[in-house]
Amino acid sequence: MTFSLRFRAAVVSIVLFAAFLGIWHLATRSTAATTTMTPEYAKLMGLTATQGKSAMPGPLDVGAKLWEHLKQPFYDKGPNDKGLGIQLGYSIARVGLGYLLAVLVAIPLGFLIGMSPLISKALDPFIQVLKPISPLAWMPLALYTIKDSSISAIFVIFICSVWPMLLNTAFGVAAVRTEWINVARTLEVGTVRRAFTVILPAAAPTILTGMRISIGIAWLVIVAAEMLVGGTGIGYFVWNEWNNLSITNVIIAILLIGVVGMLLDQILARFTRMVTFPE
Amino acid sequence: MSTFDNPFDPNRRLHAGGCSCGQHVSEAEHDHAATALRCEPAPSEEKRYEGVVASAVVRAMFPKDAARRAFLKSVGASTALAAISQFFPLQTATEVFAQAGTPEKKDLKVGFIPITCATPIIMAAPLGFYAKHGLNVEVVKTAGWAVIRDKTINKEYDASHMLAPMPIAITLGLGANAIPFTVPAIENINGQGITLAMKHKDKRDPKDWKGMKFAIPFDYSMHNYLLRYYLAEHGLDPDTDVQLRSVPPPEMVANLRADNIDGFLAPDNICQRAIYDGVGFMHILSKEIWDGHPCCSFAASREFITNSPNSFAALTRAIVDATAYASKAENRKQIAEAIAPANYINAPVTVLEQVLTGTYADGLGGVKTDAKRVDFDPFPWQSFAVWMLTQMKRWGQIKGDVDYKAVAEQVYLATDTGKVMKEMGLTPPATSYKSFAVMGKAFDPAKPDDYLASFKIRKAS
Repeated sequence: MTFSLRFRAAVVSIVLFAAFLGIWHLATRSTAATTTMTPEYAKLMGLTATQGKSAMPGPLDVGAKLWEHLKQPFYDKGPNDKGLGIQLGYSIARVGLGYLLAVLVAIPLGFLIGMSPLISKALDPFIQVLKPISPLAWMPLALYTIKDSSISAIFVIFICSVWPMLLNTAFGVAAVRTEWINVARTLEVGTVRRAFTVILPAAAPTILTGMRISIGIAWLVIVAAEMLVGGTGIGYFVWNEWNNLSITNVIIAILLIGVVGMLLDQILARFTRMVTFPE
Repeated sequence: MSTFDNPFDPNRRLHAGGCSCGQHVSEAEHDHAATALRCEPAPSEEKRYEGVVASAVVRAMFPKDAARRAFLKSVGASTALAAISQFFPLQTATEVFAQAGTPEKKDLKVGFIPITCATPIIMAAPLGFYAKHGLNVEVVKTAGWAVIRDKTINKEYDASHMLAPMPIAITLGLGANAIPFTVPAIENINGQGITLAMKHKDKRDPKDWKGMKFAIPFDYSMHNYLLRYYLAEHGLDPDTDVQLRSVPPPEMVANLRADNIDGFLAPDNICQRAIYDGVGFMHILSKEIWDGHPCCSFAASREFITNSPNSFAALTRAIVDATAYASKAENRKQIAEAIAPANYINAPVTVLEQVLTGTYADGLGGVKTDAKRVDFDPFPWQSFAVWMLTQMKRWGQIKGDVDYKAVAEQVYLATDTGKVMKEMGLTPPATSYKSFAVMGKAFDPAKPDDYLASFKIRKAS
């Protein structure tokens, strides 16, 4: 009896995951305390010192804590203590806003660059210099000039997600087959109409690939940006728990950041499939 | 007679004779009382205000002490009070006095860094000190010193928790644009420590520390100056013999665990946290370097004071009030519980209790007790600011000449704080300069340049 590939792959995945959890559990088991302490001294010390508990939480600790968070994702106890759902909401909203701004700038500009060799050559040096700058390097400058921490975070998202979209759009537009454009010319289609009816559909898959890369980068950056400015968001949550040296909560946050990042990527992947065409 | 004495007590002298504040027989006794009882609030607010108003009236009526005494002795205090009340509306005057101007802005944002130094700022929210003074304050946890500086300069925060030297640095334009900042209150005194990695438990003599790596939270911090001072007193040049790194507090514990640094001079709950987690031990408390040193401050821009003087006054009152409450040993357990949740410091209660009550594990198997491990005293001594300026100069943060006194008096608002303390029935010190000793070496705030010149180890400027 043979099973489908899909089923066999799922089995392997589960086995790998179980092995990972098992090794993790064994590696973080507590060892008996090595030093003897007076009871009143032991009362003042943490579990790591008294019971030899590993500084790294095990999978059971993380699971229990995760369940605790999931039971109550939207609680709000003042400005510095909010549920994970609310924190993720803030982060997604920031990413969404910064990303939308980047789309509004990158796609028209990318079109212009792709269609005009002059502009392409003129802007090229700027793009080459600005593109490799680490998004977080912008943060102090943004805080200093914009003078508002949440707008600065959005600006950083914008500045880092704009380049892949810009370059991919420009490339997609420039790479539209010349025959198609020539046909449009022969039929005396105007520039604007040509852009929308010929170039845009032809370049759409490349543009969407750029957008997909961008959302990934934006999500990468928001966590770091929020750790830096604090206040709200999943990055702030990580920072706050790091401050408390609660590695359990940091691991949970990492897990959730991964899941949300995957979902964002999947949404854009679906759009990409919608606009892809066979040649 | 001081403002808080009972004006109807014939045995009180009306004018100062013995000491500068007039409350004590001699200057020595004044100093003693000033250190011992600085934050002792009077029984009730209303009584306090009543006393203040009555003092003023009696003083006005009897400018000569002899006449007042004769009058009070002949009629008795209660008759005198009744008599005065007849032609002077004491009650109304008291009410008017007690009602400070209404705050221009009631909803305020105050930033803080989650360490026990911020105790008065934080606890004033859950324990209702802001509300008591008519304010609705949101205390916002902030990711680091540079961010708190930028957010306060950007006016996202109306006021905030800062390291004591930061407002001076901002005012002078060191590491930021020069913007006039002020310190109406010191958040805490003492409350830091030098924590070393467990592997150094036999290396207790700083002379053996050559080549070690130490972490401090920020360049413009008492931590930096105290650690440099301590090393230099032991003959190590902090710029060449050891490595000092600016590291955020939680990373200090992680780096100590990872064996990446050898120790740190850090704010508390971080020192105690390293001990709690079994990665370090307490070498000395910062108190042993300079007993009563300031650490963090409550800071606001001059602009905020000009635009919202009443809000600023109410805020200062709330902070001074909270600081007075925190200075009492019997309240410390309650405070530890109030500031431990995720919303505030986000740390285990045991750790905060050890810091605040002063009964703590030292990391080497012993339990130590020092009730003054961390203490609270709001008065912004201008001599503190002068000392910080000498150290800024000593380590090359300030180049050229500096007018110590002018900067200290511009930033550290001792006079205003003294006034607020008086209004609240606390006893502020009579002067705003005092000399003190750091590791046994006396500091005279009147001669900062001589003090600076007396150090052998300093950055060549």
